[in-house]
Amino acid sequence: MKVAIIDYGSGNLHSAHKAFERAASESGIGGEIIVTSDPELVRTADRIVLPGVGAYADCRRGLDAVPGMVAAMTEAVHDNGRPFLGICVGMQLLADRGLEHVTTPGLSWIGGDVVEIKPTDPTLKIPHMGWNTLDQAQDHALLAGIPTGADGWHAYFVHSFHLQPSSSDTVIATTQYGGSVTALVAKDTVAGTQFHPEKSQKLGLALIANFLRWRP
Amino acid sequence: MLKVRVIPCLDVKDGRVVKGVQFVDLRDAGDPVESAIAYDAAGADELCFLDITASHENRGTLMGVVSRTAEACFMPLTVGGGVRTIEDIRNLLLAGADKVSIMTAAVNDRDFVRRAAEKFGTQCIVVAVDAKKVSETGSPDRWEIFTHGGRKPTGIDAVHYAQEVATLGAGEILLTSMDRDGTKIGYDIALTRAIADAVSIPVIASGGVGSLDHMVEGIRDGHASAVLAASIFHFGEHTIREAKEKLRANGLPVRID
Repeated sequence: MKVAIIDYGSGNLHSAHKAFERAASESGIGGEIIVTSDPELVRTADRIVLPGVGAYADCRRGLDAVPGMVAAMTEAVHDNGRPFLGICVGMQLLADRGLEHVTTPGLSWIGGDVVEIKPTDPTLKIPHMGWNTLDQAQDHALLAGIPTGADGWHAYFVHSFHLQPSSSDTVIATTQYGGSVTALVAKDTVAGTQFHPEKSQKLGLALIANFLRWRP
Repeated sequence: MLKVRVIPCLDVKDGRVVKGVQFVDLRDAGDPVESAIAYDAAGADELCFLDITASHENRGTLMGVVSRTAEACFMPLTVGGGVRTIEDIRNLLLAGADKVSIMTAAVNDRDFVRRAAEKFGTQCIVVAVDAKKVSETGSPDRWEIFTHGGRKPTGIDAVHYAQEVATLGAGEILLTSMDRDGTKIGYDIALTRAIADAVSIPVIASGGVGSLDHMVEGIRDGHASAVLAASIFHFGEHTIREAKEKLRANGLPVRID
């Protein structure tokens, strides 16, 4: 199995790379994890990961700046049904639009807009930064064996915007931060986490292993 | 529910830990990576490296340390100390830091915070605020920013400065009371609260921890989102777990996975 982590200039992919390698070896799944900006390697990968940090528009611009990348991702996912995982802004890019500062078109793979988090409690800090638990909205292979709910394991979040899906069917898990914040979305072979699995210790490595095992 | 964060901080000089972790038997207590792995296993919520390397030539060793840490620890890592340029930030992020803390460069040029946040995103820009009380006894509290390890006054009001850098795009403030740093008598709670209440971004309390009660006070009374400590953990006086249990016993939410 070949897993391609897409490098489009958005942040450091070193720890994502190492976390996927660790999860692949500890779970016994194995496989080759590559960090690449080559659309051909993405087109032919068995699994694809799209990370992303920073501003929405910058990330979209960065992705579009790699010739043929969006087309390769689209072909792998929509024509060939390859499992795909977006992380943080990589997850937000799955939406129809990002509304951070300016309106930016997303990939429209999961319906909805990326909007500012507005906690009902005004004393809550923005960014939503740190460790939070997940509330599972529906069963999903990516959460297999991961305790959720108030006493569950924790995921590491750092963001000020979140994906507000147009259909609740795509929401797998939320987290509470002065209201409900979208944490994990999925549709067909596409999934995305607002939190950073590569920074979420136990929960993160378990979720990555689940992604490597996932047969949607 | 979002949890309160407990963050151990390691001072790194020329690629070596100055006050190394001594609560477990490490092969090499001076290796920052071994210390980082020990804290990762102990349940730290984040890790902070403060580089105190004097010469610029030896900065390269820090990059290797950050890179090896990012390979071994799947938790957030903040690196600060001597960050002066956009290039410094880029190098640290590429080496594997998740957040970079800037101090003097932001004091000298506030616009540096804006440029850094625009370039790399608010989420990875931490502004370190080193403050000292300058008001006389009996008059209203006032704190100023000090640089050069607390030796050089700047005349800048700490609360206004914190608000300014937050507006410019800092994602977090690492607040150190230079009056309390190293004293073990507790955080400057009035300072912590004044700043935490004045900004909408998270504040990490630092400087002065001598007991677990001090951590409770930093969150409960100082309204900080996270507590940072060094020697109390390094020398095994308390474990991360004990700190979290103390916070939890005082009704504060913590992560114990």
